[in-house]
Amino acid sequence: MSMDRRQFLKIAGISSILGFGASVVSTAQPSLLTGLDPAQVDKNKEALLAKRWAMVVDMSKFKTDDDYKKVIDACHLTHNVPDFRNADGSVDKKFEIKWIWTAAYERAFPGQDNKYMNEHLKEMPFLVACNHCDNPPCVRVCPTKATFKLPNGITMQDEHRCIGCRFCMAACPYGSRSFNWRDPRPAIKSENKEYPTRAKGVVEKCTFCTERLAVGKLPACVEAAPKGGLIFGDLEDPNSEVRKIVTNQYTIRRKSDLGTGPGIYYIVGGSDHA
Amino acid sequence: MKLYDVGKIFIGILVFAAIAAFPFYYNIGRVNAKPEPKVDTPVIQEWEKQYGKKECVESKEFMRAEHMQLLNNWRDMVVRQDNRGYLSSANHKRFNMSLQNGCMNCHSNKKKFCDECHTYLSVAPYCWDCHIQPKEKEEKKS
Repeated sequence: MSMDRRQFLKIAGISSILGFGASVVSTAQPSLLTGLDPAQVDKNKEALLAKRWAMVVDMSKFKTDDDYKKVIDACHLTHNVPDFRNADGSVDKKFEIKWIWTAAYERAFPGQDNKYMNEHLKEMPFLVACNHCDNPPCVRVCPTKATFKLPNGITMQDEHRCIGCRFCMAACPYGSRSFNWRDPRPAIKSENKEYPTRAKGVVEKCTFCTERLAVGKLPACVEAAPKGGLIFGDLEDPNSEVRKIVTNQYTIRRKSDLGTGPGIYYIVGGSDHA
Repeated sequence: MKLYDVGKIFIGILVFAAIAAFPFYYNIGRVNAKPEPKVDTPVIQEWEKQYGKKECVESKEFMRAEHMQLLNNWRDMVVRQDNRGYLSSANHKRFNMSLQNGCMNCHSNKKKFCDECHTYLSVAPYCWDCHIQPKEKEEKKS
């Protein structure tokens, strides 16, 4: 069969119109199977809601090692964070998983230390965790959208989608993310039955306790901290405690010059130490 | 038309048929018990007493055929959209969208409820790599 150019274009045009038409008809069938009806799902009545969750760390309230330990343990026990140890009982740095931990001033706020600064301040362990940035580099680099921003400002991690590429770990300027090199289960001493563990091969980090906010509880670290040590609230709400502190007091953030817009604010100079 | 090597071809076909049919005659006479998932946990019995019937988040037929799709949707709703409540279209009750704290609260018999069919059908969902399964009595013995 021979066909000239004109005939070929006619047939191609008509068949492409038919093809597109068919695809429009066949995709217009939403049901329980393709996705839930938005009217069918809701948030709990007691859930704490915000436009931008943020935290203030008041370092003057942390006095003893125990204050830090309580906070870290509360978080790690609540979220089934494994605790890998060497034979001599020290933390196995190669496999360590951390959601919240402590760092010295020069590590937490590099470039802001100086030779003559107060020794106490220099050696003070600062509580650090995921900053839930406004403009998170981890989200930008994630190839599967396993990490993403929730509308309430939390940088969330969907372990179901994580493929373990660790781009996010390379992107995060705060070292807030840990990779599960091993099955974490054997290193979890006491399991919290209400929270899942992770599997080998995924990245994990602090989630600002989304699961606790959903049932009206403050994050585990905030509850375990000395009174006023960790303050959690909605930064967009002008009447919230965090907003008042951030507005009225001098606070600093970690590496804010990078433009990530971190959501954890630090009150460094307290009344107890200059 | 003449067919060459009839004998060889015929033997070849027989050998092929014997190998291809191996699974069928291998299983002749073996009893393959039908999976019988159980829904008789204490929590479900309590529910039955209270409401007069056994109810799940959707109808039995729907759950049987589509629970995997429903769980996928639930996961996306909870993790990615931060919604926790699910209004059943079958009985208009509100349920907590959670595998560990929702489903397994009632269906605390994972072995008889999940594994019964999954093992029979040789499917291995990786839910329990992360989610903690309920403690069962049989587990303590072993």
